[in-house]
Parts: sequence; structure tokens; C-alpha cells
Amino acid sequence: MAVTVKTFASSNEAAAALSSDRAARYLGGGTLVMRALNEGDVSISTVVRTNDQTLTRIDASGPRITLGAGVTFARVLAERDLAFLHAPARSIGGPAVRNMGTVGGNLFAPNPYGDFTVALLALDATVAVQGGFGARDIPIEEFLQSRERQAGTLVLSVSCARPASAEAFRYRKIARIKPKGGSVITLAAHLPISGGRIAGARIALGSMAPTQIRARAAERALEGRILDAATIAAAASAASEGTSPSDNALGSAWYRREIVGVHLRRLLSGQE
Amino acid sequence: MSKTPLQFRHNGREVAIFVDGGTNLLVALRELIGDMTPKFGCGQGGCGTCSVLVDGELYLSCLTLAETVAGRSVETLDSLKQGPNLHPLQRAFADNFAAQCGYCTPGMLMAAKALLDRNPQPSRAEIVEAISGNICRCTGYEPIINAILAASGGRASA
Repeated sequence: MAVTVKTFASSNEAAAALSSDRAARYLGGGTLVMRALNEGDVSISTVVRTNDQTLTRIDASGPRITLGAGVTFARVLAERDLAFLHAPARSIGGPAVRNMGTVGGNLFAPNPYGDFTVALLALDATVAVQGGFGARDIPIEEFLQSRERQAGTLVLSVSCARPASAEAFRYRKIARIKPKGGSVITLAAHLPISGGRIAGARIALGSMAPTQIRARAAERALEGRILDAATIAAAASAASEGTSPSDNALGSAWYRREIVGVHLRRLLSGQE
Repeated sequence: MSKTPLQFRHNGREVAIFVDGGTNLLVALRELIGDMTPKFGCGQGGCGTCSVLVDGELYLSCLTLAETVAGRSVETLDSLKQGPNLHPLQRAFADNFAAQCGYCTPGMLMAAKALLDRNPQPSRAEIVEAISGNICRCTGYEPIINAILAASGGRASA
């Protein structure tokens, strides 16, 4: 079925068009929306686009980095200052998907996708959105919890603080096909160290709930502690608490609950 | 539903067509331009057989909204033909038995071309990464990797 494609010069106009039409969907890199159209998704009658260059900007020079929603994973990988995000970017798709798929689109990618968002969640990112009533910043966790209602808003950018060290941020995607494949589970950990102890632990999980979630019980087990074997064991045993994974072709809910602690232990202890 | 005029460069030649809203680049190439070299596989971005180059970058044509290539350069497998001769990549695929049923081959060749255009002497690992978005259900990938190595002057058995 043919849809109406509306292309705008500015993100403001695109946001207005998006918020005024429930059957409109924003087209970024196309890996989600074109797929839906190819599958005959009749809920989409209008496709909204913009050529606004501000959406493709990368600001990676300072302690806080900002990625425009239209930045592709290939561009993240080409940016030396974004080395801490290279592992999540590289874990997505093949080269063609990385040339097309965008940081903003990944926020809407359902399971078993959305791996980059797992990394952003562990980094306490902020999502800048433009709705019918202007622009605002939303903490990524809040954004994900209300993702269903965000379809009418336009994501402009995501930003987060650069981790203090390479050691402080870790990422692991479990897939059945390497180097490409949907996620069985995806894990990201941000463990800032203050005075030898973990301060502000963040553990984010993908494919363990309808959207990416934080493993708060595991975070509590890590907070204020030294990252030793006992702490890691406590965090690993708490990893599945509060999760609600589903069955899909890549793994069952039971399997995901069984392995999430194993992989969290490996991630925290630096094992391959 | 009105049609949208669309002009772009197809294998070095300017083309002008009219597309329906939401038409993907694969449909535009196959049904409106008549270039049957990119194949329809999954329509989901999972198989890679529709791979083409847009301004030199590897794209999945089935997930590319046709009108987004306005004014840009699109290269398909058809751009590799050199009169009666095979392109060196095609020759290497034939010599190394890298095609069996052949359905993945157009995408594999374009993914290989995208790699070699940027990195003329890739390592085996870089080749594996470069074709990781392309599914082959016949060959087990080894002959394809060997063919790309051979085309880049590397040792096929490395």
C-alpha cells in the first residue's frame, strides 16, 4: 500500500507533522520503518522525514558527548573520540545496517534489537525530544518506559557523560551468530570508581523485558563495594531479579533468566 | 495517490522515474528501471542479497526509501560488467566455487566491492566482517572468503 512521504527542511516542521498525525512514522535510517512497510504494516499511512543537518551532528570533544538522532553506527565507529561506544556500535547488524541504522532509531528497536540503547541506558543518557509543545530532555530510562507514547515525538539527539576510564564501561552482547545476529541477551555495565569503591553502578539489560531495563538488584549489590569475587557473585545472583524476558526464536524466557547472571559475572570479571 | 518524480545516477547513467510513496529502492531498481541484479530476499534487512552501493557505501536497497537517493549515485552488480569479461571479483568467485545456488551472490559481490574499494588488501577477519550482513545457505562461506582473498591478491588458502 502506498504511503504519503513528507520531507521537511527542519526538524521543527517534521516534529509538528509527526505530532499532528497518529498514523505518521518518522523515517530515519529505514531499518525499522521500511521493514514495517515491506511487511505491509497498514498502521503507517504517512512517513515523515527531514534533511535537517543538525540531526547528524556529533559532538564528542568534551566530557559530555552528544549524538544527533540521525548519526549512523558507521559514523560512531569512525569517530576515535567515541571509542567507548565502538563495541555496542560494532555489535549491530552487518556493514550495510551500520551504514543505515541510526542512534535515534535504535531507541525504538524492539527485541531482539536495540543493543546500542542498552549501552546508553547504562551510561544514564539523556534523550532530547521535540513534541508538539516544544523540545525537552528526558532521562533515557523514563523515555524507554514511555516508549509506546513517544511515537508522536521526534528524537533530536542523545547525550551522556563520557565514562571516566575504559575499564569503567563494559558491554557484552550474546548472539547465536557471530559477528552478526539478534540478541539473546545484551548487557552493559557502568562502574565508576570513587576511593576504590563503586559509586553510581549502572547495569543495563537488553532482551530481558519488553524494553531495555536496568538491573537494579544487581546495581545495589555493587554499590559502595570493591569489585571483588564476592561482590561479583552477589551481583550475578541478583541479575535476573525484576526482569520479565519473553520466548523468541533465539532463546526462551527460562534460558535468558538462567544465563543472565553467568554473563554478568563474566562481564564484571573481565572474562571473554 | 500521486507519484513522486525521482532522478539519480544508476551505474553511471542518469535515470528519471516516478515512484509511489513508500516505494523502496529495490523495487525501483527492479521494476521501474529493469535492473534485475539486486535480488529480493527477506525484505527485512536480514539477508543482504539486495545490497547496493549508494555514494560508495553499502546499503540494503529493500530498506532504502527510493526517494532518499535523489541526486545520489547507486551502483548495483550490473556496474561490474566489463563487456565480455568478468570483473576480477566475479572471476575469483567463479574460480573459487563461491557461488552455488547464486541467490546471495549479487549481495556478496557488492559487499566485497564495498570492502575492496576502501581496503584493497583486507585480512581474512576483515572479509568475514564485511560479509557478515550477507547470508549464504549453500557454501558455508569459506569459498566466498577465499574468493575475496584471491581477488585482493591474498592467498586463498590463508
